[in-house]
Amino acid sequence: MDLKLKVWRQDNAGDVGRFEEYQARDISPDMSFLEMLDVVNEGLIGSGKEPIAFDSDCREGICGSCSMVINGTAHGGQKGTTACQLHMRHFSDGMTITIEPWRATAFPVHRDLVVDRTAFDRIQQKGGFISVRTGSVPDANAIPVSKDESDLAMDAAQCIGCGACVAACKNASAMLFVAAKISHLSLVPQGQPERERRALAMVKQMDDEGFGNCTVTGSCEAVCPKEISLDFIARMNREYGRALIKKGTV
Amino acid sequence: MNLDAKIPSGPMAQKWGKHQFDLKLVNPANKRKYEVIVVGSGLAGASAAATLAELGYNVKCFCFQDSPRRAHSIAAQGGINAAKNYQNDGDSVHRLFYDTVKGGDYRSREANVHRLAQVSVNIIDQCAAQGVPFAREYGGLLANRSFGGAQVSRTFYARGQTGQQLLLGAYSSLSRQIGLGKVQMFPRTEMLDVVLVDGHAKGIVVRDMVSGEISRHSAHAVVLATGGYGNAFFLSTNAMGSNVTASFRAYKRGAAFANPCYTQIHPTCIPVSGEHQSKLTLMSESLRNDGRVWVPKSQAVAEKIRKGELKASDVAEGDRDYYLERKYPSFGNLVPRDVASRNAKEACDEGRGVVGSGLGVYLDFEDAIGRLGESAVRERYGNLFDMYEKITGSNAYKNPMTIFPAVHYTMGGLWVDYNLMSNVPGLYVVGEANFSDHGANRLGASALMQGLADGYFVLPYTIGQYLAEVGPDDRPSVEGSEFAGAEEKVRGQIDQMLSIKGKRTPTSFHRELGQIMWDKCGMARNKAGLEEAIKKIPELRAEFWDNLNVPGENGSLNQSLEHAGRVADFLEFGELMCRDALQREESCGGHFREEHQTPEGEAKRDDENFSFVGAWEYKGENQTPELHKENLVYEEVKMTQRSYK
Repeated sequence: MDLKLKVWRQDNAGDVGRFEEYQARDISPDMSFLEMLDVVNEGLIGSGKEPIAFDSDCREGICGSCSMVINGTAHGGQKGTTACQLHMRHFSDGMTITIEPWRATAFPVHRDLVVDRTAFDRIQQKGGFISVRTGSVPDANAIPVSKDESDLAMDAAQCIGCGACVAACKNASAMLFVAAKISHLSLVPQGQPERERRALAMVKQMDDEGFGNCTVTGSCEAVCPKEISLDFIARMNREYGRALIKKGTV
Repeated sequence: MNLDAKIPSGPMAQKWGKHQFDLKLVNPANKRKYEVIVVGSGLAGASAAATLAELGYNVKCFCFQDSPRRAHSIAAQGGINAAKNYQNDGDSVHRLFYDTVKGGDYRSREANVHRLAQVSVNIIDQCAAQGVPFAREYGGLLANRSFGGAQVSRTFYARGQTGQQLLLGAYSSLSRQIGLGKVQMFPRTEMLDVVLVDGHAKGIVVRDMVSGEISRHSAHAVVLATGGYGNAFFLSTNAMGSNVTASFRAYKRGAAFANPCYTQIHPTCIPVSGEHQSKLTLMSESLRNDGRVWVPKSQAVAEKIRKGELKASDVAEGDRDYYLERKYPSFGNLVPRDVASRNAKEACDEGRGVVGSGLGVYLDFEDAIGRLGESAVRERYGNLFDMYEKITGSNAYKNPMTIFPAVHYTMGGLWVDYNLMSNVPGLYVVGEANFSDHGANRLGASALMQGLADGYFVLPYTIGQYLAEVGPDDRPSVEGSEFAGAEEKVRGQIDQMLSIKGKRTPTSFHRELGQIMWDKCGMARNKAGLEEAIKKIPELRAEFWDNLNVPGENGSLNQSLEHAGRVADFLEFGELMCRDALQREESCGGHFREEHQTPEGEAKRDDENFSFVGAWEYKGENQTPELHKENLVYEEVKMTQRSYK
């Protein structure tokens, strides 16, 4: 099939950026979306132009590198699917496809579709861990964990940190991402000693990074490639409230 | 070249304990005076960086991804082995050790493997304490499954995302140390050279992949945790960015490269769909627990399937060849990876492949669905079936999957001694990047184990010995001539690649190299093919340096430039792989030489002549590298021919 692409091009963080149009010809329905871009890029290099920069690594939907808004939807709108796992059989001949980077103040553009997501790392560094030193731990079976809670923790822990939730949110809120981590660690017994400190520290860093607030429209959940539930945001709000009460500030 | 493995004396089970006591310690108050560089942030790199920082060392950690959480360890699906014997089914440290040595086809170093089995139990404790949500039973205890043909259930798992959860555990420990200021993290930064001062590794030269800035970093020691080299084949299950550059540039600085020909081909991957293919996707081999592998008995039927004139369901039971069940009645579809892969290739070579390209066999769940019901199959493999449908558009509950082997893991790597130090003093190598634990073939669920063993429980002890010996003052300034020389070399190569302005993209060279490697140095190798590859690869390399087209400039984010640098290294490294495969006149594990097989077509080892580690020394540009040998001595395990009949 032949497609028309409208792609966001931006040379660096300081550049204002613009859309450019390209033709994608002879695209096979078996290609992944990123393989289609690979083909377009080979053509651009051949004609003396610079290829479209975009992040991708595992191309199996698990590393969380790929990050692009396709026709207005983060990762392209196929349920539970990253852009790298989206295939061209879901598009039809002659279509125009618009491709943009994640747009959020906290995710400045490095180039074209590549954005800086280190804000997520900094949130993790404030409390997204259980403080254990290597070696100073009990036997793994010394602390039983209920299967139900462990399974629920896993539902949250599956987050791949891609940032689609932020890109989809009209407020560029990172609540789904932060909620997933706080929920995961507050659900397992090992995470209890730092439960309150963690919730307060991670939420504070999230705010400091310039992410917006949550107004519970659920657009994050709709685009999340791991289908992380909005329920975790409710859980995070409870964790945060609980921590404030325990601290005596409420 | 000195290849002293420094294996401690004494009985096998006591070597590590004795060695830990014998190792020198660094005074706690002195640890903060040391800097250690860790390159790579996968399971081995992140766990090493975090643990070294916990001990008090100052760590700089580098990764090419935008976040350390994205290293390719994240893609491991199946699980992690540990000799916990929680299932009371007869597992032990000795059994895990024995299985790993046997599975590696007697080409690994016994003492290293034994230590791996010993510390495997600590890894699970560590990860559970980090909050890794392992699968559990209703009583709250950890669940296990058997994996990769093991006869005990020793594999711990977190759904089909064990690598992800273990990596996020290591990443959380690393993040904590970054927050505490003990680790300085450099994401989107690629190591382009290792710097030796007086023969010791004392630093690296890196490129900031956003700004293009080249910078120098010095330390008391350098740790490479940079993964495997499967992308030499262009198509593999590795991530797009996985590369050999760090290891290969260390090799060019004098580190020996061991067993580069040992590559593991994973039998259950989704077949190539066309020229555009950028990478291959692995489907967990747990699928072989219930799926049955087959091709039609006759070529004529297979051809009709390839043309779309027949479907799998049109082939009568009697016309199907369940070749693994037929040839290996006791292991059936659960034979080890190398055996399953070679048999798929053989079936396709006979013209019985069932996808358009001819390179694919069926993995059929019809029996399992009939026996267990669709919902039970969905519960076990639902996520894999979904992934299969996303990629191929085909529903595997209704039609059998098609699979084909793909390059997956590389057992070879930089040579290291028992302390995980290469032959270059101060240069340590951990995880997939070293060669030591898997011999010629890695068992399922052992890669995660090795990465974390090295990073959490081995390197943090052994590196202390070196640091104590050199002392806290032994950290040179980055202004020295060695650093300046390394930087100049890096800049020179970048400028050269940008200035050629030829006609071909880095990808086109990479793809062509991959085809040569797959054809001549893939699942089955022979003398004539390898010699042809050793002739062809330098020709391709010459064309690369003459006709490469890298657009843009160095001073900004330039993905073509990054790729070109990696392809340049693969173009040299691929030749080394072929040389190693050529010298190894035997078949063992993942290395199958067609000249060396039993009358039934099974791999034939030659223990008398090839029971050694082949370690290559770089001899200069376009010079033939020199082979050195570390003889493998088996004290504990008796060598036998593997049989899965």
